[in-house]
Amino acid sequence: MANLPILLDYWPSMFGMRARVALREKGVEFEYREEDFSNKSDLLLQSNHIHKKIPVLIHNGKPVCESLNVVQYVDEAWPEKNPFFPSDPYGRAQARFWADFVDKKFTDAQFKIWGKNGEEQEAGKKEFIEAVKILETELGDKPYFGGDSFGYVDISLITFSSWFQAYEKFGNFSIESESPKLIAWAKRCMEKESVFKSLPDSEKIVAYAAEYRKNNL
Amino acid sequence: MAERSESEEVKLLGMWASPFSRRIEIALTLKGVSYEFSEEDITNKSSLLLQLNPVYKMIPVLVHNGKPISESLVILEYIDETWRDNPILPQDPYEKAMARFWAKFVDEQIYVTAMKVVGKIGEERDAVVEATRDLLMFLEKELVGKDFFGGRSLGFVDIVATLVAFWLMRTEEIVGVKVVPVDKFPEIHRWVKNLLGNDVIKKCIPPEDEHLQYIRARMEKLNVKSA
Repeated sequence: MANLPILLDYWPSMFGMRARVALREKGVEFEYREEDFSNKSDLLLQSNHIHKKIPVLIHNGKPVCESLNVVQYVDEAWPEKNPFFPSDPYGRAQARFWADFVDKKFTDAQFKIWGKNGEEQEAGKKEFIEAVKILETELGDKPYFGGDSFGYVDISLITFSSWFQAYEKFGNFSIESESPKLIAWAKRCMEKESVFKSLPDSEKIVAYAAEYRKNNL
Repeated sequence: MAERSESEEVKLLGMWASPFSRRIEIALTLKGVSYEFSEEDITNKSSLLLQLNPVYKMIPVLVHNGKPISESLVILEYIDETWRDNPILPQDPYEKAMARFWAKFVDEQIYVTAMKVVGKIGEERDAVVEATRDLLMFLEKELVGKDFFGGRSLGFVDIVATLVAFWLMRTEEIVGVKVVPVDKFPEIHRWVKNLLGNDVIKKCIPPEDEHLQYIRARMEKLNVKSA
């Protein structure tokens, strides 16, 4: 009997969540393994010896690292169900561009909101809101970034929604007032089983962020 | 050779000394795709560039039949999917994931770290050189037993890593620090020779003398002491 794919992950990580959503979208059963960053497993250190980060998907004994690589790999390794990309190269390029935008513009900005204070936090908030507005324009009136179906860009971004409450609490602002369409989109995505099963409760994330702030700021 | 309809129009907004722009030219040339090159003055960006890449306002931008694509790695995958001759990326999902991993490693780790060498002297510079070498060692190991990162022929990672071969290693001459000495990186040096044996690469990289002059002038502008 073939071994299940193994996902090395960390429960609050929005990057790890992307891998979870991707696997569930494809109906792939997998073994979830929680990593303790103060004591990284040998398997993690071997599989991602360069960055030593999660998520790592180990499939047929071979490790795939970096969340967007994992999502694309999952799409290509299990192509029959729920494709994450349109079939035309231009649509695929646009999807890759926007997922990359999320990584480039959203990631650092959102961290500054919950992980920093003072000027850095304010700067993060400003960058975050700018990025959110650009994404909202890109979404337009489509139900998903992928158009009619939930796809690559949706997967890359939806995982941050589990952190929205934390951003609002520590950044002291309302994401909905900046970007109502994005909130509506997030609610729509959360109706999907692959998403709500993969994202932790916002309350738990808020507590996690609070603990981080207590220990680091 | 794929047929090209008259309506097929390929335009590249780029910059002659940019590794990100040149990698697109390599890919297009490898695939035998004719294109119109439009040199951008990055100190005075054209309204066309700002219109076609409003998010980042950067080159390269590929325009195919009027539709723009930005971000060099995204463009490379687009080119590979649109013109199927001489594939750049492997077919196998795992090999593809590895190629994407290494490409990002070059752009986000090696490039970002190596850039910090500019403008630094003494101990600070030594530390950056050391950090860059540590990263390059991963590439070095990847090349063992291979002519190219892509195996027996040039592939995605080779095209992206021309940044190391013809930018990082050319900058060494001017900054006066051998970041990639042959005794520590014999595989990388062997790989560079293999690249230089390839007609497409030779045709598409910036001419050495002009390129060195350009780098020197840029360094001087940044008030960097050269060797």
